[in-house]
Amino acid sequence: MDFWISQVFNGVSYGALLFLLAGGLTLIFGMMHIVNMTHGSYFLLGGYVGLTVIWKTGSFPLAILVAAVAIAVLGVVQWRLFLHRLAGEELGQVLTTVGFALIFQDLALVIWGGEPYTIPAPAALTGAFNTGALYFPVYRVFMIGVAAVVALILWFVLERTRVGAMMRATVDDAEMAGGVGIDVRRISMSVFALGALLAAGAGVVAGAFVGVYPGADFEILPYAFVVVIVGGMGSLRGALIGSLLVGLLDNFGKALFPEFSYFTLFAPMAVILAVRPTGLFGRA
Amino acid sequence: MSGPAPARRLLVPLGVLVLLLAAPPFVSSYVLTLLTQSVIYAIVAMSLDLLLGYLGLASLGHAAYMGVGAYSVGILATRHGAGFGTILAVGVVLALALAAVFGLLALRATGVYFLMITLALGMVGWGLAYRWNSLTGGDNGISGVPRPALPLPWSLGEALPFYYFALAGFLLSLGGLWVIVHSPFGKSLVGIRESETRMRTLGYHVWLHKYVGFVIAGGVAGAGGVLWAYYNGFVSPADLELGTSVEVLLMVALGGRGTLLGPALGAGIIVLLKNLVSVYTHRWLLILGAAYIGTIVYAPEGIVGAVRRLAEGPAPAPARPEA
Repeated sequence: MDFWISQVFNGVSYGALLFLLAGGLTLIFGMMHIVNMTHGSYFLLGGYVGLTVIWKTGSFPLAILVAAVAIAVLGVVQWRLFLHRLAGEELGQVLTTVGFALIFQDLALVIWGGEPYTIPAPAALTGAFNTGALYFPVYRVFMIGVAAVVALILWFVLERTRVGAMMRATVDDAEMAGGVGIDVRRISMSVFALGALLAAGAGVVAGAFVGVYPGADFEILPYAFVVVIVGGMGSLRGALIGSLLVGLLDNFGKALFPEFSYFTLFAPMAVILAVRPTGLFGRA
Repeated sequence: MSGPAPARRLLVPLGVLVLLLAAPPFVSSYVLTLLTQSVIYAIVAMSLDLLLGYLGLASLGHAAYMGVGAYSVGILATRHGAGFGTILAVGVVLALALAAVFGLLALRATGVYFLMITLALGMVGWGLAYRWNSLTGGDNGISGVPRPALPLPWSLGEALPFYYFALAGFLLSLGGLWVIVHSPFGKSLVGIRESETRMRTLGYHVWLHKYVGFVIAGGVAGAGGVLWAYYNGFVSPADLELGTSVEVLLMVALGGRGTLLGPALGAGIIVLLKNLVSVYTHRWLLILGAAYIGTIVYAPEGIVGAVRRLAEGPAPAPARPEA
């Protein structure tokens, strides 16, 4: 029983991290129909920028803030200069954004070197809650908390505010949204910034959990995509449920069938997609 | 289509072919290495072109078929001492079988959904190679793959004979694929790319045609993987990772999709770029990244596509539906 509880806990906390990454990606995907292979790079660069801020100031909250804002700006620049021209060209989007991902990977290597680093977590977030034989690291609880707060804020903004209504309208039908006077371009740009911002924040949070190291970008990218497509592009609820599903499958796969751990993750995902190509909560 | 006579259009490819046949004995061993890698990757790129260029389906999982071919070599040659013929047959059949399974899932989707489902399927292949230690050697891969021992007057253990061996594989694949894309079946694939509805109305079994094209592409990529493993003497999960699939996609896009020879050229350029640039600078990722972006910005139809457009004047844009 203890095994199951702690594995579920681990799976959920990893799912929480994935949600931070996939929440923005699903909006970018759903709203702009952009296949953004640079999303993993925002995660990686966010971690690195956070690392530098921690080194300079020692402040964890400041690290998250600076990384999130810096990477959001980077994402917007990239979108303005290149991506918005490639509407409807999936192949072009894939290749361009992979190109950016390689460039960012190399720049990170130049600036931060090839060493793996760990972002030191604030003292308050270290240690663990113990109940009997069970052991819950505080940091994992913190990740779940962050994801829950972000999910709530996103839900509130999307469902309860005027801007959110404009965003949903743009997801549903960009042309009609433009027709009723919504500035689709500005909304799209904000969503892109938001996605990059969340991914970079996730990078800092993950930096104290799995570390910051070259290759983390392409390691986590397939997970984020799988979450988004299984949940359904543009669906926040789908991203949440997809994250939990992927987090749990990944964790149980690794614990129970180590030799087939990725198979137990990606094969069910492929089958779900084959049955429901638009994902669990996606609309065609 | 107006423009130069077919004979003139063949001039450049024929010239390149003569060079590929005649020059290698006189080039350095390093250049020979690059040429060998290029012709092998060209096989994989051309197989993807069948999907991307002729069917209009961008796959992010093509490395999986190459990987199946490569691991067939790694496992059968090192542990079971199997010969080349057996391994090639097994590798291609397994790649066909994998494509047959993946095709059932992937062809339910199109466009961006197809891209994503093939990404997930490609990760399945990578995950198995990476984690199924008892079969694949996990992250370490399988090393010590011997070169094929064939009853030839030359040893394939040497660079030059192996180059010609790989070149023969390339020419056979090119010939096979050329026949396919110029056959009525190949024309039907282009028809499906342009308008599935029209082809269905005309009585074609659209899904079956796509499926057969998908499976053939997988099988050819598997053959490329077999050669790749023999060339490297080593197989590892890196052969199946997402980056490899994307790289093959870039080769096709850069060379010119839907032209077969274009993707082969793209393969040569990318292999050259990766190797040469890394000799002069550590910043080869930067250059490769710029190549990705540059391809889309400056040559969206690929090199061969652009050259043809320049040579032939404003060609009728890729066969618009007539009605």
